[in-house]
Amino acid sequence: MLIRTRKRHHIGEHQVTPESVYLARRHFMAGVAGLGMAAALPRSVWASSHYDDVEKGRQPDWLASRLDNTHWQAVTAGENDKLTPFNDASHYNNFFEFGTSKDDPYKHAGDMTTEPWTIEIDGEVARPGTLDVDQLLGEQQLEERIYRLRCVEAWSMVIPWLGVPLSEIIKRAEPTSDAKFVRFQTLVRPEEMPGQRSRFALIDWPYQEGLRMDEAMHPLTILSVGMYGRVLPNQNGAPVRLVVPWKYGFKSIKSIVRISLVKEQPPTAWPTINANEYGFYSNVNPDVDHPRWSQARERRLPNSLFSTNMIDTQMFNGYEDEVASLYKGMDLRTYF
Amino acid sequence: MRLWRCTVFVAALLPFLWWAWQVAAGQAGPEPGQYLLLNFGQCALILLLLTLSLTPLMKLTRWKGFALIRRQLGLWTFSYGVLHLTSYLLFILGLDFSALGADLQRRPYIIVGFAALVMLLALAVTSNRYSMKRLGKRWKFLHRLVYIALALVLLHFFWVVRADMGQWSAYALAGVVLMLLRIPVISRALGRIRPRHGRVASTHRSR
Ligand code: HEM
Repeated sequence: MLIRTRKRHHIGEHQVTPESVYLARRHFMAGVAGLGMAAALPRSVWASSHYDDVEKGRQPDWLASRLDNTHWQAVTAGENDKLTPFNDASHYNNFFEFGTSKDDPYKHAGDMTTEPWTIEIDGEVARPGTLDVDQLLGEQQLEERIYRLRCVEAWSMVIPWLGVPLSEIIKRAEPTSDAKFVRFQTLVRPEEMPGQRSRFALIDWPYQEGLRMDEAMHPLTILSVGMYGRVLPNQNGAPVRLVVPWKYGFKSIKSIVRISLVKEQPPTAWPTINANEYGFYSNVNPDVDHPRWSQARERRLPNSLFSTNMIDTQMFNGYEDEVASLYKGMDLRTYF
Repeated sequence: MRLWRCTVFVAALLPFLWWAWQVAAGQAGPEPGQYLLLNFGQCALILLLLTLSLTPLMKLTRWKGFALIRRQLGLWTFSYGVLHLTSYLLFILGLDFSALGADLQRRPYIIVGFAALVMLLALAVTSNRYSMKRLGKRWKFLHRLVYIALALVLLHFFWVVRADMGQWSAYALAGVVLMLLRIPVISRALGRIRPRHGRVASTHRSR
């Protein structure tokens, strides 16, 4: 795998660690160190001891059956990237289908029906189809990826996602040579989504996002179905969402119902509303400010009244080594 | 009337106490500074609209109580505006004043908010009887700045709206209605809607 492990496996080790977990983790580190050992720990050992305080939610079968064979901590974050508490990551969200305040999604997303759920895969593919989550994941092993999440609003979190590389899903659909971009769409269901009922909404539903083919196939790009060792809470984009860690958070579209491979760059939600403020690429870039605020720094949440917890924003959100080559020769001020 | 004024005082203080309590109790989410910033800003706007609705309300009801709390509400508006600015400086900029300088130069919504707050400051410091006397006619003229301040605040808010214009539209509509009520024809008509039996002389200064 392209993802380098450097000195990144420090996250989550800030507490006294039970011996079983300690041993298990050595096993895991051996795995990522490239010794070829599968780091598939029994969930009882790894996840439950690490996410003790996280309420489990209603666990669908497709997740329960995969947790024991999950590759825990397949990617970890930096030494200073302390995990954001689950409670914060699930109570402070932008999900405009459910309202504009940060607490609206958690208040209202409970109404969204996520079972049954299907994802349509269509467009420039040899094998289009409509899949439920179980079929979408297929044989692919679930991986835990601890990523920094940088919101365009200059705050950030660190979140342990559970998911699979998007590239695997796309490959299975057998894209044709005409497939140049991938377009994603969120559920439209005004009965369950108050933001979609508003007559003053600026977003032209469905919420739509897009990636260039090489971005979509990049190993860091995942489709996530869980976080903190459990299913995604609805407000975080259940049951399936995109996570692209080197781009601003809004690119990581939630509650996906359709993935289309297309020839042309698709129109996406935010640049459609305001092309001066948001671009198609929206790569995290401390040198290109949002017109209304600086992107040079970010508030790592949770913070407090006594400390803004301000840190410097890193180019490509710290994934520069992995992704910079995708944009070689492009002027990132023009293509922001 | 004293009781009325005290009630208004407490009512205007309550939001501040409530939000402070929410933060202290850890109920304000992972970014309490932003929480306070937005709530104080909205509260200032609501208070500004309430302040501007007092004169029309008095015309309509002929109840003098509305005139009695006008200065108070105006000062509360300014206070929440100051709390809003303070939240921004302390919790968002982290007292990095060079960043404020940069924001003021480059970000129109901050400039506009700043201008509005400066106007509210001018109104606050001249809201006493002494200034009224000294400024005479000019006082009335000066205090018309409140209309410009309202327009600027609405513009400030407009520029930070992201995904849904609903809330902003409601405030803007309220603002527009309050302005319309000040057009002389309409404002006179308002006074005639309820001709009271024992007529109360209206001695307030209209603004
Ligand atoms: C120096 C003066 C001011 C500064 C620096 C300032 C700054 C800000 C900032 C940073 C935001 C948040 C933008 C965002 O990220 O969404 C904001 C929003 C807002 N401000 Fe101000 N502001 C100022 C003056 C005022 C005044 C005087 C008022 C009202 C009387 C006001 C009312 C509001 C309102 C209503 C919002 C929107 C709140 C929301 O989205 O819920 N601001 N302001």
